[in-house]
Amino acid sequence: MSDPVLSIRSLNIDYVGSDTDFHAVRNVSFDIAPGEFFGLAGESGCGKSTIAFAVSRLHRPPALIRTGSQILVGGRDVLALDDEELRRFRWREVAMVFQSAMNSLNPVLTVEEQFYDVLRAHGKITREAARARAAELLKLVDISPDRLTSYPHQCSGGMRQRVVIAICLALNPKLLIMDEPTTALDVVVQREILQRIDKLRKELGFSVLFITHDLGLMVQVSDRIGIMLEGELVEVNQARTIYTDPRHDYTRRLWASMPKLHGAQIRQESAP
Amino acid sequence: MIQASPILALDNVSKVFGHADRPVYAARSVSFALHPGRTLALVGESGSGKTTAARLIMREYQPDAGQLLFRGTPLGKGDAKALKAYRASVQMVFQDPFSSLNPVHTVRYHLERPLRLHQPRLDGAGRTAAIEELLARVKLDPALVMAKYPHELSGGQRQRISIARALAVNPQVIVADEPTSMLDVSVRLGILNLLNDMKAELGLALLYITHDIATARYVAEDIMVMYAGQIVEWGAMESVLGDPRHPYTRLLLSAVPDPDRPFAETPPDSELSRIETIRRQSALPQPEIQQVAENHFIRPIP
Ligand SMILES: Nc1ncnc2c1ncn2[C@@H]1O[C@H](COP(=O)(O)OP(=O)(O)OP(=O)(O)O)[C@@H](O)[C@H]1O
Ligand SMILES: Nc1ncnc2c1ncn2[C@@H]1O[C@H](COP(=O)(O)OP(=O)(O)OP(=O)(O)O)[C@@H](O)[C@H]1O
Ligand SMILES: [Mg+2]
Ligand SMILES: [Mg+2]
Repeated sequence: MSDPVLSIRSLNIDYVGSDTDFHAVRNVSFDIAPGEFFGLAGESGCGKSTIAFAVSRLHRPPALIRTGSQILVGGRDVLALDDEELRRFRWREVAMVFQSAMNSLNPVLTVEEQFYDVLRAHGKITREAARARAAELLKLVDISPDRLTSYPHQCSGGMRQRVVIAICLALNPKLLIMDEPTTALDVVVQREILQRIDKLRKELGFSVLFITHDLGLMVQVSDRIGIMLEGELVEVNQARTIYTDPRHDYTRRLWASMPKLHGAQIRQESAP
Repeated sequence: MIQASPILALDNVSKVFGHADRPVYAARSVSFALHPGRTLALVGESGSGKTTAARLIMREYQPDAGQLLFRGTPLGKGDAKALKAYRASVQMVFQDPFSSLNPVHTVRYHLERPLRLHQPRLDGAGRTAAIEELLARVKLDPALVMAKYPHELSGGQRQRISIARALAVNPQVIVADEPTSMLDVSVRLGILNLLNDMKAELGLALLYITHDIATARYVAEDIMVMYAGQIVEWGAMESVLGDPRHPYTRLLLSAVPDPDRPFAETPPDSELSRIETIRRQSALPQPEIQQVAENHFIRPIP
């Protein structure tokens, strides 16, 4: 197997409080291979976003990564990067679509200007070249170049979400982190976006760390899935296996808690 | 659906945004009724007008045409007393837990405020007990979260606080706009069960807006499907899900995530153009109403 794009070893993260610390991520280790689509699921508050922020080096106090934790991206120690290295790391190595990303665009800038900001921060580029590149990226997510002159509020939620994804792809990152990228969208648009990402990662070769509460969706799009419970990674396996043969009791309970669209409905008692 | 009288009804309500040159029909002759002890689900395309319908009910928007009926009486502009009763009875749980809580206040403060307003006779200890009960209802540990600020909570935890806040005033109608989309499935089920219990025990009328149609089936007796400001199909849940008639409803149901069907790698162009055709046609005004079963209706594409 080729070297992993992301390698996390013994990751421990605390939220430091005035009297007590909260141990949010507990001894988590996993790898993501080049081109792999890796899903991360688990109860709310179990630490998924905390991990995503740490991998992007976007964590801030009171989040504190314990010594002995290791995060390698492309073999480089993310936790040891200095400011200059960090500037080059963001967007190029790892790009992140945040939970509720559709609200993360700058409301006073046009779509074109938002692309320009990211492209310019990573090397000399003319307005014209940036516009052409932005149009090309929008095409990847099936948005017409007409939209370059739009402001975020003039775009629907699904469009804003796709714009954020296109910006994240601007510098050909090795790893795209998506923290609940589609929870606010209808399932038709959701399917379109995820099918497109799936196609792009096959064409461009990037890996994906995908966080969602929708297990059915996760099984449909992921190669492998990790299940977290109270800060710990309790099960990692092939996506199909997580569905057909879940090993951990918590994974089984998750499936038992999913209401059904057709056929016999789950019973109330299955709520943990 | 027709048996008991509705507590709240929208009667041919329309709402248009934007200017004459580029109007956005966020609600086009929308009619539906909410009944005590029943849940009505509202699903549909992103941007189809679901939240607009909720905001019309919350009277954050005035309809451009049509009216709201509360216990059968039109809700006029002038009647202050009727409006006050209405406001106390109708509560909303919002879509985005990141902006619906005030960052400078603790969880305790968020729940204490509505309790003070609606149960002024409670003393401090009574309020604390009530807060603890509310938090336990939404499956949060009071000892852990009571003194926390919103930024110290995960997305899901914040949404549970918003739900507890709506429950604090013992409302008769709850409009829940994607209340569980950010919760994990086990907590989600707990909240859905809670809504079901409240509906049964307190006779609550619920409008449940969601993109998760399986959860809609879990909590609601009836369902409406919205596209471009119009309710294109509605009726009894099992009838609509089991025998969808409108092309958009069919498209929507076909896209519901299903672990038994891995994604087709790339949808063929013919599939994409079929979807575009359905979208284009569903956006046309559809004034006709056609009954397809006892409690099942569509607006056929003209
Ligand atoms: N700034 C903070 N200060 C203190 N505790 C925090 C802070 N941010 C998060 N936490 C706590 O850390 C835990 C993990 O939070 P995180 O946001 O990573 O959860 P999550 O798995 O992403 O949940 P969700 O699915 O609800 O988004 C939670 O219990 C949360 O309360
Ligand atoms: N205050 C406003 N001013 C102008 N346009 C608006 C306003 N509020 C909503 N709209 C437009 O009205 C339409 C319906 O929006 P609405 O928020 O009701 O959709 P929704 O069905 O709730 O979508 P979602 O599923 O994404 O939440 C959209 O085209 C939206 O852009
Ligand atoms: Mg999170
Ligand atoms: Mg909405």
